[in-house]
This record gives sequence, C-alpha cells and structure tokens, in this order.
Amino acid sequence: MTLSNLLTITPWPALSAAILLLLLMAALYFARGTAHQLLLAAAAALSRGLRVASHAVIHGQQRLAARNREVLLAAGREGKERIVEREFTRVADTVRKDLAGYPDMHRRLSEAIQRIEEDQEKAAESPPEAPGWAQAVKVVADLDKRNSGGEILADIHKSLVKAHEEAMDDYRKASGERHALLRRMMPDWRQIREALGHVGKSVESVIGRAQTIDRHMQEYEAIVRGEDHAVSVLSSSSIVYFFISALVLAVATAGTAVNFTLIARPMAEMVGGTNFIGAFRTADIAALVIIMVEISMGLFLMESLRITRLFPVIGALSDKIRVRMVIVTFLILLLMASIEAGLAYMREVLLLDEMATNALLRGDAAGSIAGSHLWITTAAQMGMGFVLPFALVFVAIPLETFVHSLRTVVGLIGIAVLNALALVLRLLGNGFRHLGALACRVYDLPLFVPLWIETRMLAGNADAEAGADVADGDQRKAWKGARS
Amino acid sequence: MKRILLLLAGALALGGCAPPAARNTGVYLLVDTSGSYNRQVGKAEQIALYTLTRLQSADTIAVARIDTASFTEKDIIAKATLDDRPSTANAQKRAFASRLEKFIDQSPPAAYTDITGGLLQAIEFLNEKHPGRKEILILSDMKEELAKGYVRDVPLDFHGFDVVALNVTKLRSDNFDPRLYLARLDQWRDRVEKGGGHWRVINDLDHLDGIL
Repeated sequence: MTLSNLLTITPWPALSAAILLLLLMAALYFARGTAHQLLLAAAAALSRGLRVASHAVIHGQQRLAARNREVLLAAGREGKERIVEREFTRVADTVRKDLAGYPDMHRRLSEAIQRIEEDQEKAAESPPEAPGWAQAVKVVADLDKRNSGGEILADIHKSLVKAHEEAMDDYRKASGERHALLRRMMPDWRQIREALGHVGKSVESVIGRAQTIDRHMQEYEAIVRGEDHAVSVLSSSSIVYFFISALVLAVATAGTAVNFTLIARPMAEMVGGTNFIGAFRTADIAALVIIMVEISMGLFLMESLRITRLFPVIGALSDKIRVRMVIVTFLILLLMASIEAGLAYMREVLLLDEMATNALLRGDAAGSIAGSHLWITTAAQMGMGFVLPFALVFVAIPLETFVHSLRTVVGLIGIAVLNALALVLRLLGNGFRHLGALACRVYDLPLFVPLWIETRMLAGNADAEAGADVADGDQRKAWKGARS
Repeated sequence: MKRILLLLAGALALGGCAPPAARNTGVYLLVDTSGSYNRQVGKAEQIALYTLTRLQSADTIAVARIDTASFTEKDIIAKATLDDRPSTANAQKRAFASRLEKFIDQSPPAAYTDITGGLLQAIEFLNEKHPGRKEILILSDMKEELAKGYVRDVPLDFHGFDVVALNVTKLRSDNFDPRLYLARLDQWRDRVEKGGGHWRVINDLDHLDGIL
C-alpha cells in the first residue's frame, strides 16, 4: 500500500491526510508509555553493556600493564646481571693480572730494598781517625826547655801537614765511594716508585670498578624490589633502545638491498633468469637466500662469541664446542664473502657485455664502454661483495636489542590503545544513557497537541477535585454543627 | 587455529604446484618486400634491432617477409628464443642482428603482397611458442595484393595478440583520395579487433617506445 493509495481513503486527499495524521498521532499517543519504556530500556542496556565493556578493557589494560612491568623488570634484572657479571669479570681479570705479577714484583721490591739497605750501610760516614799528633805534642811539652825543641817542632809540623794531607785524601776517597753508592741507589728507588705506581693504578681501577658495581647493585636491588622509579627508567630506556636499534636495522636493511643488487643479476647466470617461484624470480630468491644465510651465520657467530644471547642453546654449549662453532661459522662466512666477490665481478662482466650488445644493436659505436678506469668499479664491487657479509654479522647486536625492546614497546602501545578504548567505551555508555532521554523527548515532539490537551484536562480535573474536596469539607462542617 | 594453519599451508602448496603463468614475450616482425614498399625494407633492421634491445631471456623473436605467398616457414628470415642465461642471450642477439643485416642487403622485391598469409604464419608461430605476451609488428603499406589462385578469405584468431602496423606509407592513389588510406587502415583494424586482437598504428619510427 503506497502513500497515494492511503490518500484515497476519502475523495479529498487533504482530508485523508488529516485523518491519517490524526490516527497516527493517536497511535503514537496511546503507545507513548510503552515506547518510552522501550527507548529508555534499550538506552540503559546499551549504556550498561558499554560500561561493562569499558571495565573489561580497563581490567585487560591493568593485566597488560602488570605483565609489561614484569617483562620490564625481568629484562632489567637480566641486563643488570649481565653488566654486574661483566664488571666482576673485569675486576677478576685485573686482580688476576696484577696478582700474577705480584710475587715477581714483591721479589724485585725486596731485592731493591735490600740493595738500598746495603748501600745505605756502606754509605754511612765513617768518623776520621783521631789525630796522632796530640800525643806527640804532649811529649814535646814534657821535654826539657833547654833541648833543641825548635827542630823537633818543625819536624812535628812537617809530619802534621803530611798526616793532614793523607787524612784529607782518605776522606775524599770515602766521600766519593759514598756518593757512588748513593748514585747506585737511584735506579732502585725509581723501580720501587714505578712498581708502587703500578700497584696504585691497579688499586684505583679496582676501586673504580667496585664503585661501578655498587651503583649497578643498587639499581639491581631497586629492580628486584620492583620500585616504580626503576620501572620508569627501564621503560624509557627500552623505548630509546627500540628506536636506536630500529634505525640501525634500517641501515642494515639498506646494506642488504645493496648486497642483493650486487648478486641478483649474476645469480640469473647460475639458476636461469626466467624461472619463477610464485611471483618472484628464482634468481632473486637465490640471491636473497644467500644473504639470509650470511646473516644467520653472523647471528651464530655472535652467539658463539657470547656477544648476543638470542639462542640459549648455543650459549649453554661447552667452550670447546663453541670455539669450534666460531671457526666453522667464520669459515662459512668467508666462503660466502668470497662467492659474493666473485658474483660481483661476474655482474660487472655481464653488465659490460649487455651494454656492448645494446650499443651494437643501436648502431652506437661510441656507446660501447672501453676504458682503463673500469677496474676501479669492478674492484669496488668486489670489495663491497666481500665486506658486506662481514658487516652484516653485526646486525645481530641491534637485532637482539630490537627483539627485547619490542616486547616492552608493544606492551606500552597496547596499554595506550586499551586506555583509549576504555575511555571511548565509557563516553559512549554515558552518551547512550542520555540518548535514551533525548529519544523520549523526540518521540513526544509530534504529540505536542494531545499532550497539551492532556495537561489541560489533568489541570481541570485537579481543580474540580479540589472544589469537590472543599464542598465536601463544608458539608461535613455543617453536619457537625447540626449534630452539636 | 591449527586448522587454519593447515588450510593456509595447503593453499600455499597448491599455489606453488600450479603451473606458472608465462611472463615472456613473443614478437613476430613482418616485413613487406613488395615492389611498392621494398625501398622501406631498410627500416625493418632498425625496428628489429630496437626490439632486440627490449627483449629479455626466454623471449622469442622472428622476422619474416611478406611476399607473394607468405603463409610458409620459408619466409621466416631469422628466429630465436633467447636463452635463460643473460650472457648467452646477448650472444644470440648479436647473431640475430648479423643474420638480419644479411637479409636486408639481399632482399629481392616481391610481385604481390600476401599480408593475410603472413599474419596467419605469425599467429601459428607465436601460438606454438606459448609466450605470455604476443605481438605482431607489420612493416607495410597495408595494401594487400594477392596473386591469382590464393585464397585468403579466412577468419583470423587474434585473441591475446597485439598487432602494430608500422610506417604505413601513403601510396600515390592515397594522395589522390585519402579516404582510400583511411579505409584501408579501418579495414585492418576491423579485421584485427573482430578477431579479438588489439590494433595500433605507429608511423613515427623515432618513437618506438610503445612497441613493447
């Protein structure tokens, strides 16, 4: 039944429309209470559902935050353990190195000290012998005055001068010897000073490392206690590590792309240029596989050297097997690098051949490249082909950092997304609750005429009831008065 | 979850086992050697060499002449399917160019122009090679002149073919009445498009970029 049909229920469409409008209004008016209940119930149900969903999301966000905190603390604990372990190893190395030389140093010091003592003893100043002429003077004094004392005195004087000269010579000789002994002490003193300086440096180094260990241990304790500050520091560090490692990985990806370009063309010479696996050329896939194998070997090499810890199995191997693994992976890498250098050379040859052919086909004699400087590009390509596999080995370090920090960053992003979702759900829940009330008002809008009439009628009824109450009261009073 | 993974693995395996779609190109160059066009044959070398520079490994190229009876393999001057290995493909290109040069130097003029026969031969040749993309280049004035007794009123199946008319020169009669030239081109366009092919005309040989 269309609208035009409905307008034909009376011969006058306007009248038909008016009747239909009245009927519609009547229907809406009588269904008003139920419709209001329906609208309010639906809005309340939606609002409640959204609020429950919001609570669930908040709960999930809290669980994720707790999980992320655990992951952060575990990662931080592991990192600190590694740092402290490394510091202890360094201290142990320093102590071992110094203590290994300690007996020798001690012996050298003792010998030097002993030599110094001996020399010092020898260098002690010996007192000059008592002059022999004092006795002679006494004898002369006791002589008789009449004897020829002048001659005797002259002889004594002569003897005295001679004795004095001899004594001076002896003294000078002894002083020279003493000085020689003191000079001989100097290297020993220097040796002692050097040895003690070395010991001082070692002790300072150990003290410095001990302070570093103390600092790391304090941080480690804070992490173990799960302090908020430690979590905050770890979180910000993780984000920084994430971006830095992502940047380095992007650089490594560019290096991989260059490497790929170097070997993809000559690979077509080996596996054919027209075979496809899916949508990709077999030659391209082969080139990519070679690069991936190189990166894998690099990872294994780094793991075997215990620089990274992505594969606990490799880290747990015995030292002997690890050393063997290092040798094997390095040899494979060397082989791969040599192959790449060869392929890079082949690429240059193929490129020249293709250019020469195209120049011939175009009839462009000048187009064919022949120059003595071409060896530079060939050598550069070969060098890059050889070096890039080894450079890609170091991808393992940022990769490890990226993997570890990715967990935290993804967790943080998840928490932020869940927070936003919870907020949106909460806002929607409140919005729906108000939307129910608004829908009731909108429903009432076309019924303003019957509602107005209803209001008037209700007001009239109330007045009448009030009048009836008053009359009833008057009647009761009159009856009470009559009885009294 | 396991089921989904199994399904994915199955789909991948099936995708991997499916025969790969051909990605190579097949080019057949028809060179009109009739008396009215024989002077233009030199341009065939230019076009063929340009085409060779654009071809890759596994692509096919053939150059054939249009003469009195063109529906024969004998009219194929040179043909080659480029090798998988780029170095061998380059050597093939050089050998092809050498053979073509010899033909251009010794090309005798033909009395009649059997374009339809040449097209039939081209269709047959390229369909046998199964390339992913098939292109027929016609270096001709597109005026067919059949000798007595030759029936060429046969439907041509150009499905999957690109037909490019190159250097379609104007005849003396075309100059008197250009409608003849236009009608000739329209007639060939209709024939190719009714056969399911795609028709193009390139008269400026300095801009051959659109060929392949």
